[in-house]
Amino acid sequence: MSAQESHDSADVAARVERRWATISVIIIVVMAIVAAFAGIHQVTMPQARVEIVDPSRLHLSGEFAEANLGSVAEQDGSVTVRAIGQQYSFTPACILVPAATPITLRATSADVIHGIIVQGTNINTMLVPGYVSNQAMRFDKTGDYVMPCQEFCSFGHEGMWGKVRVIDKADFAARAKNGGRLSCVGE
Amino acid sequence: MLANRKLILAHFWLAFVVFGLALVLGAWQMFIRSPLHTWLSNPEWYYRSLTAHGTVMGYVFPTLVAMGFGYAISESALDQRLVGVRWAWVGFSLVVLGAVMAMVPVSLGWASVLYTFYPPLIGSPFYYIGVVLVVVGSWIWVALMSVNLYVWKQAHPGEPVPLAMFANVAGSYLWAWTAVGAALELLLQIIPVALGLKSTIDAGLARVFFSWTLHAIVYFWLIPSYIAYYTILPRAIGGKLYSDTMARIAFILFLVVAMPIGIHHTFADPQVGAGFKFVHSAFTALVAVPTLLTVFTICASVEIAARLRGGHGLFGWIAALPWQNPIMLAGTFSFIMLGFGGAGGLINMSYQLDSAIHNTQWITGHFHLIFGGAIVIMYFAIAYDLWPHLTGRELPSLRLMRTQLWLWFIGMIVTTFPWHWVGILGMPRRMAYYDYTSPALAADAVPVEVSTLGAAILLISGLLFLFILARAQAEPATDVPPYRFSEAVHPPASVPLALNSHGLWIALMIGLTIANYGYPIAVLTARSDSSVPAVYVGAQR
Repeated sequence: MSAQESHDSADVAARVERRWATISVIIIVVMAIVAAFAGIHQVTMPQARVEIVDPSRLHLSGEFAEANLGSVAEQDGSVTVRAIGQQYSFTPACILVPAATPITLRATSADVIHGIIVQGTNINTMLVPGYVSNQAMRFDKTGDYVMPCQEFCSFGHEGMWGKVRVIDKADFAARAKNGGRLSCVGE
Repeated sequence: MLANRKLILAHFWLAFVVFGLALVLGAWQMFIRSPLHTWLSNPEWYYRSLTAHGTVMGYVFPTLVAMGFGYAISESALDQRLVGVRWAWVGFSLVVLGAVMAMVPVSLGWASVLYTFYPPLIGSPFYYIGVVLVVVGSWIWVALMSVNLYVWKQAHPGEPVPLAMFANVAGSYLWAWTAVGAALELLLQIIPVALGLKSTIDAGLARVFFSWTLHAIVYFWLIPSYIAYYTILPRAIGGKLYSDTMARIAFILFLVVAMPIGIHHTFADPQVGAGFKFVHSAFTALVAVPTLLTVFTICASVEIAARLRGGHGLFGWIAALPWQNPIMLAGTFSFIMLGFGGAGGLINMSYQLDSAIHNTQWITGHFHLIFGGAIVIMYFAIAYDLWPHLTGRELPSLRLMRTQLWLWFIGMIVTTFPWHWVGILGMPRRMAYYDYTSPALAADAVPVEVSTLGAAILLISGLLFLFILARAQAEPATDVPPYRFSEAVHPPASVPLALNSHGLWIALMIGLTIANYGYPIAVLTARSDSSVPAVYVGAQR
């Protein structure tokens, strides 16, 4: 191989390599654009604000006092669910919600880190003591879903399973008429 | 020149022995939580084992491999006796001391908090102090790598730093900086509480600190494997490295962008706002670039080797590769697992897709495939390649080595693919047992049994690996030529300063980390109302 040939092949090698590097960068940029589009256009963004709550005073007053836990129909037709996780259960242990309705889950932890995942959905959030998790939900079909704690919370973690029961919108409205906080605990 | 063989062998042997022990624990955990076994009478045993498995596999094993391999690279790539051997032994001793100090309380059930710590759960202070000592020991290695490169540069002004050493030092800086996140969490937050000096802790801030370490630590684990792709594989199969320059760029990119992306681990967390989650998500996409560059360069280098061996045709050259060579086999398996694991990683990095699988068995499957699969199989390759040069003895049997690598590859696929699947079904991770009789979990039972079989295959492969290394020590001594790394097709005559030194890139790494982490950390640190009472686990004082 002459010096000239070697020089040419080096050029070819560098050119092919540059082309691949350009393709790589384009792949990455396109992916970031897709993620941004999905986030902004389809409003699938994480919660925007950071909210604080004192876990040692949850039971005394405020949003997460026992009487305020459960589901409540809001004026605008949506439903708000308030729940807490503690070693090793959720309160309420069975969350009752209507189908085909925008729902806001507001939840926190009374002790250590827990998590909520509703199986068969992409409803998935951490519960970090000291902070309030805000998760948008919507169920198209009625039925029961299991809701395990998805983060290690010490030695009883494997037993921490809650439930979500999705009922017909009209049934929920009928039950919500009397006010108060709904759940399906004990049903 | 490998002058300090005892030092390097000590690192590798300790790494692989603790790896073997942690592997036994992992296999036991797979079995005990599968439908093949009844529920554990005391679930704490499971979490105790999980803490030990994670701590050893995450902190002790890869750190020792990186250190041992780093010393080997420094001596052989620079052709220079290691400067500061006494300090290297001090570092090694600190890792041993730290590992023992951490593992004793874990074994006694005083620190079953998992290797991810998860405050406000608080275990024995000895566990955390032990982990800190392991990290401090490895920081001595970081300093030594830097010193050795400096000494070499003084003696060789203007010469290109050999690629293996350039990458090795980049990896050491990456580790030094990424370990800072967990170090801050341990020293400022957890250890004061564990010692009883404080009784409250900000769990959200702790998670942000830990995410700083948790993601980039994977790239620290990965760097030795990437060094092996670039500087061992082409030479071992009789080829040359396609591009020395692109290799340097890949390692620099890892150094710069591996760090400011960790908040993607907290996508589902309430203590970080949406803005920084998006920034970290986009930067996470960026870290795919060095891997894409590597895939090209290594495949091209392998093709060069095949064509040098007489291979021809568009794909016909693949048949001309030396498939009986364990390094070829390991590299191929590693790439396949990297491909699957990388594809899963792209799913994890997008907030929208991540919410379907966050904290499910999918995640367990993902990092076992990437770390246990793509990375660790190259650790095996590194050991096989170096062993004759370290021991002065040939390894006993190529066939045994190939069997071991095949078993590891098959075992890892059989273990992790069902994990990904049950993760999509929503099976939560890190539970001591599951009620498979429940209709909600019945579909998980068979895949979990299959993955338990995979764990058994992995265990056999891991033990076979240890056996092969041990057998080599009994072989007759032979003359082994000096250890060398791959040459580039066009060896660099001179390299631009930016690709021959790390200063600029370290500045960028620190700058980007501050830009991407500074605000969330500052805001959380400034808050006085977000700390919560600690929850002590294990034996009460």
